[in-house]
Amino acid sequence: MKKRGLYQFNKIENEVKEFTLSVLTEDKAGLLNHITIIFNRRKININSLNVSSTEVKGVSRFTIVVESTKEKITKVLNHINKIVDVIAAFLYEGNEIYYQEIALYKLSTKIFMKGDDVERIIKAHGAEILIIEEDHTVIQKTGSKKETQNLYSELEKFGEVLEFARSGRVALSKKKRKTVNFIKRLEKIKSNKLNL
Amino acid sequence: MSKILGSEALIKSLIKEGVDTIFGYPGGAIMPIYDSLYSYKNTLNHILTRHEQGAIHAAQGYSRVSGKVGVCFATSGPGATNLITGIADAQIDSTPLVCITGQVPSQLLGTDAFQESDVIGISMPVTKWNYQISSGDEIQKIIAKAFYIAKSGRPGPVLIDITKDAQFSYVKFDYKKCERIRSYHPYPILKNKKIEQAAKLINKSKKPLILVGQGIILSNAEKELIQFTDKTGIPVASTLLGLSSIKCDHKNYVGYLGMHGNYGPNVKTNESDLIIAIGMRFDDRVTGDTSKYAINAKIIHIEIDPSEIDKIIKTNVAINADAKEALTQLIKLVEKRNHSNWINEFRECDKIEYEKIIKKDINGEYEKLSMAEVINKISEITKGNSIIVTDVGQHQMIASRYYKFNKSKSNITSGGLGTMGFALPASMGAKIGNKNREVIAIVGDGGIQMTIQELATISQYNINVKILLLNNNFLGMVRQWQQLFFDNRYSFTEMKNPDFNKIADGYGITNSKLEKREKLEEELIKFLDHKGPYLLNVTVEKEENVFPMVPSGESVSNIRLE
Repeated sequence: MKKRGLYQFNKIENEVKEFTLSVLTEDKAGLLNHITIIFNRRKININSLNVSSTEVKGVSRFTIVVESTKEKITKVLNHINKIVDVIAAFLYEGNEIYYQEIALYKLSTKIFMKGDDVERIIKAHGAEILIIEEDHTVIQKTGSKKETQNLYSELEKFGEVLEFARSGRVALSKKKRKTVNFIKRLEKIKSNKLNL
Repeated sequence: MSKILGSEALIKSLIKEGVDTIFGYPGGAIMPIYDSLYSYKNTLNHILTRHEQGAIHAAQGYSRVSGKVGVCFATSGPGATNLITGIADAQIDSTPLVCITGQVPSQLLGTDAFQESDVIGISMPVTKWNYQISSGDEIQKIIAKAFYIAKSGRPGPVLIDITKDAQFSYVKFDYKKCERIRSYHPYPILKNKKIEQAAKLINKSKKPLILVGQGIILSNAEKELIQFTDKTGIPVASTLLGLSSIKCDHKNYVGYLGMHGNYGPNVKTNESDLIIAIGMRFDDRVTGDTSKYAINAKIIHIEIDPSEIDKIIKTNVAINADAKEALTQLIKLVEKRNHSNWINEFRECDKIEYEKIIKKDINGEYEKLSMAEVINKISEITKGNSIIVTDVGQHQMIASRYYKFNKSKSNITSGGLGTMGFALPASMGAKIGNKNREVIAIVGDGGIQMTIQELATISQYNINVKILLLNNNFLGMVRQWQQLFFDNRYSFTEMKNPDFNKIADGYGITNSKLEKREKLEEELIKFLDHKGPYLLNVTVEKEENVFPMVPSGESVSNIRLE
């Protein structure tokens, strides 16, 4: 018997990989909940999530990183796009975006006294010192999760990493597009008034 | 401009939106709104139900027959949570509603105040949109937005929660309707290229089949559907919610799709070379096993909600558009054809179905009355002109199979959610939404007891609904599955019921009992001719099964006739 339906999605669409969703929304309370329950309902775990205001007043950007299949995540994207307060949602694979994360490391200041090993490591990783206090020093590094993790592992060898925090991913599409213009264009689209 | 209370601004906003009826139940946090309503009781008709679930199902029934937005009121906490089942039902069946709930004063939010519940959080996954108003100034703008969102595009329920202090604040009244929202574009732009591609497929197909859903009714595309099928000669089959969008006696109509649908449209789905799905969403009750569904067919899907496209069945041509608009354009490009040989194949299937099932069902071959013969008879007497409001279960499937719909917006039922207890309150709303038509609630003995308190509402307002109770003292559909798939283990499906006639007496509703076959026609005529509400308690065969049946998870080709 011939087959169709869900089984018709080809292999590429069924491969589990990393996707980044970039979602432009109205700045409305509760929207974070509205977006995350869509993932929850399908048992998709969110690897990282960043929400921040954009250059357009009243517009926020969600950047969400998940591992899923193209088929599943496309349906999630369609559902996010359906939320009334979502302006537009985009789906990207790794090669379609520029992205970065930031990590902060709080070290005990005294490890700098033990020689210049630590300073050498910080330099080699392209990290920088944010602040030096008497008992602690904070350094920051931007990069991929792997890069910030590598620096952590090296610093850990000195046993003096007091605290470590990493941000969610922020990402920009490689397409030439200006968010401000895009939103202005949406404002101009006339909703035709069928049925109303 | 003089200022008015926020609660009065709400009432005036509803009037501006053309609301004439509200179904509701008062309580502490919504009292200012009810107080303002008291001054407008000659303009706005308020129906006091006996439970908030009754109010929202009534609003659904009202909306489904009238095409207008249904409105209901409830108080905070339990009032609001009692609406949730109806909201979820309206969401999955695309029914436009605006639900207004009272909320505790804003300074008490988050303090576990008396009757406080996070109704915004609770209703978020089941509403099209929701919003909490905590300042009187927001009321008019948000209500305008609520109606616009509920009604436009693919319709759905909107919940607006209003804190008590916002109701008590003073505002200027200056109402403006909402015409656009930056982040919301409900009407997709029809692409001519897609219409051309679809027309090409239609013009060269040998065995095309149109599947219609509620989208036809919601976009008022009944006429266009007729023009389309008349011109192309393509047979039309309907989903549960699509029933009544085309007359059952139309020459190209071939029946009802899905698990308990007709034999022809189910098996022929797998012989068709082109499926034209319009305003339907390939529910699992329609498709059965999707991997073995429409196996020989290309798929054209006309659908206003882009998230429904390619969700279940991958399409060859997806037309993301309003059904009426798409059909209007498509009609121009399709060639005049005749598919009478293909339609005759469906008629052959009808004969098989008649011999194996229908004959036995409607000709009194059971000892007691069968549900099918009762519904078949009522369909004959009313000539298919009534509005049928059904609950969920065997009687629902049998009504969908045997009632021969003659007018649009006539099959009011809980499709997607399958909410028992829907029919009785929904029938009240249906009658109020269309006073000129006869409304018959068809209920089982299980479902009616989930919202039986609404008999009081029917009685108080003398709502002229006819309640046809098909009573087998069983949760019949579950029992049928237990018989077929669980080795006859009737686990908690038999019921010792109250005397429904005494209950109707208690509520002051005229009623009678029907047990004997020879009294069927006479009793039904008496029931329908009665002026005012009437409950007819019909004792039906205890263990009747609904066939045909596509067993859950199997191919539509494996439809069972016995």
